[in-house]
Amino acid sequence: MSKEDSAAPSTTAAPPPAAPKPTAPKATAPPAKAVVPRRSFISWMTLAWAAFTASMLAAATATTRFMFPNVLFEPPPTFKAGFPDEIQIGQVDERFKQKFAVWLVRDNNGIYALSTVCTHLGCTPNWLEAEQKFKCPCHGSGYYKSGINFEGPTPRPLERYAISLADDGQILVDKSRKFQYEKGEWDNPASFLKL
Amino acid sequence: MANITDRLKETLKALSPAKVGEYIQDSQIYRSIFRVGVPDSDRKRMLVMLGSVFLHLHPVKVRKSGIRMRYTWCMGGITFFLFLVLTFTGLLLMFYYRPTLEYAYVDIRDLREQVPLGIMREIHRWGAHAMVIAVWLHMYRVFMTGSYKPPREFNWNVGVILLVLTLLLSFTGYLLPWDQLAIWAITVGSNMARATPFAGHEGPGSALLKLGDIPLVNNASDARFALLGGRFVGEGALLRFYVLHCVGLPLVAGFLMAIHFWRIRRDGGISGPL
Repeated sequence: MSKEDSAAPSTTAAPPPAAPKPTAPKATAPPAKAVVPRRSFISWMTLAWAAFTASMLAAATATTRFMFPNVLFEPPPTFKAGFPDEIQIGQVDERFKQKFAVWLVRDNNGIYALSTVCTHLGCTPNWLEAEQKFKCPCHGSGYYKSGINFEGPTPRPLERYAISLADDGQILVDKSRKFQYEKGEWDNPASFLKL
Repeated sequence: MANITDRLKETLKALSPAKVGEYIQDSQIYRSIFRVGVPDSDRKRMLVMLGSVFLHLHPVKVRKSGIRMRYTWCMGGITFFLFLVLTFTGLLLMFYYRPTLEYAYVDIRDLREQVPLGIMREIHRWGAHAMVIAVWLHMYRVFMTGSYKPPREFNWNVGVILLVLTLLLSFTGYLLPWDQLAIWAITVGSNMARATPFAGHEGPGSALLKLGDIPLVNNASDARFALLGGRFVGEGALLRFYVLHCVGLPLVAGFLMAIHFWRIRRDGGISGPL
């Protein structure tokens, strides 16, 4: 151990004979045309990658946007539903169920527009005049004339749409605005047409 | 005269099945297709497996337990067979079916009543049901034999994606007859996409994405809309589901199936009994 320790420095201390350096033909080589220096080459690569990534992101965004058309061939969200006098007090008006998926219901105070989409799983309930209730054929959810649920699997009442009077005196229903009872939105004056 | 009959006999002798077979096997066309020749040795059998684009997905050697029906139930193989049946019958159905509101329902009816072999659509339908069942049983077998464990965990995950794709194929195909059952089933099913976090207009977090007072995620810009191509199940939904059912999903499923089969080989073949 000690012998090796003492012996080691003597061997390592002696510098190995320097190997003859190969003479590089540095000076003799002709200078290459338009050499990109190493440092700026990296920044060019960064720029190239950034541009590539940006173009890929733009392409992905545009392709996603492709799935959302600018024009929809669906019924417009607002429609005129005739004059208030055409609906009698206590009546559930089914004229707009097929085309606009809306029931107009008139009670003693006025008219409200009920969505015909069942709040359970999205089927269309039927208005049963004899039983005075909306009944969904899919899973049996039942709603009172007001739209409030009372039977079946549905967790919440039917939704109401914004309703108002147009300039010509007709009822104007706006389906892009909806009012949910459980959120207290039926108190909003836009959800009810007072007569 | 005798000379001619003798020559005829000679020619016929030369045309014996064995000779013809030899001639065909020596021809350049045959040799260009089957390069290895008759696989009568282990080395040749291996070369056949490695040299064929179809067979190379398959392991060169299969354990005895791997072909035992009581171990594998052959459910993976049956699933693949059903996929091929569905691709073929589906292709035939596409010659008659038009995915528009005007024609979809009547085309399905006419496929049964006006086209010869009216059970073609039923074969497709029952095959689809059978495939879903076979996929589940395959998954059950793989789970019960512990074949999801390393080194096969990657292939298990590929299989899970294939399961989802099978269910999506089933779901998209369900809309195409365009009857009341189909429309309402897809209405109910696609309503789930409303609740997608951030991307669904009734999902958690979507209310946070606002530009001033205007919600960015509404019923005309959310995940459900992208799926249906409209605010409700209509013409756009029928066309989108048709394209996904006939092209998009089978393409992805076929790609993943190739990986799935190749991976069986790479992960050491079908797992053995524990």
